[in-house]
Amino acid sequence: MDMLISILEQGLIFAIIAMGVYITYKILDFPDLSVDGTYPLGAAITATMIASGINPLLAMLAAIAAGAAAGLVTGLIHVKLKVRDLLSGIITMTALYSVNLHIAGKANLPIFNTTTIFNNGIVNTIFPAFLEPYKTLIIIFLVALAAKLLLDWYLKTKSGYLLRAVGDNPAVVTSLANDKGTIKIIGLMISNALVALAGSVMCQQQRFFEVQMGIGTIVIGLAAVIIGITLFRKLRRVKPTTAVAVGSILYKACVALAITYGLSATDMKLVTAVLFLLILVIAMERRSRRKKLA
Amino acid sequence: MLSLEHIYKTYNRGTVNETPIFDDFNLTIEDEEFVTVVGSNGSGKTSLLNIICGSIDVDAGSTLINGVDITRMDDFKRYRKIGRVYQNPAMGTCSEMTILENLSMADNKGKPFNLTPGTDKRRIDFYRENLRHLGLGLEDKLNVTVGSLSGGQRQALALLMSTLTPIEFLILDEHTAALDPKTAETIMELTDKLVRGKGITTVMVTHNLRYATGYGNRLIMMHEGKIILDNKGDDKCKTSIEELLGIFNRISIECGN
Repeated sequence: MDMLISILEQGLIFAIIAMGVYITYKILDFPDLSVDGTYPLGAAITATMIASGINPLLAMLAAIAAGAAAGLVTGLIHVKLKVRDLLSGIITMTALYSVNLHIAGKANLPIFNTTTIFNNGIVNTIFPAFLEPYKTLIIIFLVALAAKLLLDWYLKTKSGYLLRAVGDNPAVVTSLANDKGTIKIIGLMISNALVALAGSVMCQQQRFFEVQMGIGTIVIGLAAVIIGITLFRKLRRVKPTTAVAVGSILYKACVALAITYGLSATDMKLVTAVLFLLILVIAMERRSRRKKLA
Repeated sequence: MLSLEHIYKTYNRGTVNETPIFDDFNLTIEDEEFVTVVGSNGSGKTSLLNIICGSIDVDAGSTLINGVDITRMDDFKRYRKIGRVYQNPAMGTCSEMTILENLSMADNKGKPFNLTPGTDKRRIDFYRENLRHLGLGLEDKLNVTVGSLSGGQRQALALLMSTLTPIEFLILDEHTAALDPKTAETIMELTDKLVRGKGITTVMVTHNLRYATGYGNRLIMMHEGKIILDNKGDDKCKTSIEELLGIFNRISIECGN
């Protein structure tokens, strides 16, 4: 039971990352590696602000803003300086490593016994005793749900339409008298804002910031997106945001199972990578089989 | 009015692949003219359209719309006044979005793309009416993704999208070339109806000499970056396919083919 709760908690936090990665990878067709830096960025800002006694909700807003700013940097590097998409992300990611260390002041910043979204006066009083073990999970679920609903709403606005159009066919955006570069930058900002939000929630859940925590974020995000989209391809009713959230939980479950059955935590990233490769190959296999049938 | 003045353009300047295309090229298109452009491959037809739309830069010379110099204006800004349909039907529409979503975007051209709902439900009847005019049965497929439509249906939709909002210029880049003869005919008739109905100044590049002579009120023939035939009004009406073929043959012989 504890393991299930843990999988759901982690899976839902990574669902927020998956929604961000969905925007760049699926909608914009932009493999954005900045997320490896913006995820710990959200955590670093949150941990630092919470440690100095600032309201955790404010800290989360600051994390979101910082994530958007980092996305803006990647976007400007790519659009204005015409650096290739993959490299633009790598540049931001690398720079953020130092930025994160500067913000937190050290490689590891614990925030035990502080006020977080999971541990504060309001939450501690409204949750009845029998819900206590699920308190963290419920709060994470609410944050993820809010992110999902906001993103669903945005993709149905005029601005959201253009975002979908720019990944689909940039020529259409140009003929609609809009700058495709600007739209891409907006997409990168939203994506990285979501990822930083996930970092903020994660650092409050595990109660510390650690500078290495971002390594492999993009791989987990991509895995979640690919699992979700592949699984729900036939079900048009299921929104992609829901699909990638389910993908994220399934992915976390796979990793948790692999570790329960003998693999040590040291092998975590190795398991992550191999699982991702498997998912990629299976998704490609299914696609090619469908092509043959068609 | 649209004018190109003293345009110079060379592709791959300074390399072994250096290809001069325009050397002091001049062209003025009056309001409500429907210009058909013919010419062999490499004669500069598509480059001409790309220069008008700002898709490529010129080495020297200026492009003017109603006397205003737009030579240095970004392509996307020019499209406020220009609509364009490409040879490839996939270029003018978003395949993963529905017909309704595509039309909603086209309908919003020139207005801000803000956080209001992407589709204005009150406009659906207007879209349906426009789709009905195409005569392809698209009015019942509003929620179908464009990727599942045929090339002809997509091209008709692209044409509708590019002319849905008021524009001054319509640029047609061999927009019937990728379609089967029957569909090409339908699209061409639609084009003529739209252009005449809305009085849009139009430039149409085509390899189909029948379309070039049968439609429009001015015919231009290009060869090696120069205009070698420019017939307007009565002269245009009299221009025959045989006459154009004759010139094509003469050029080929001069080129040693």
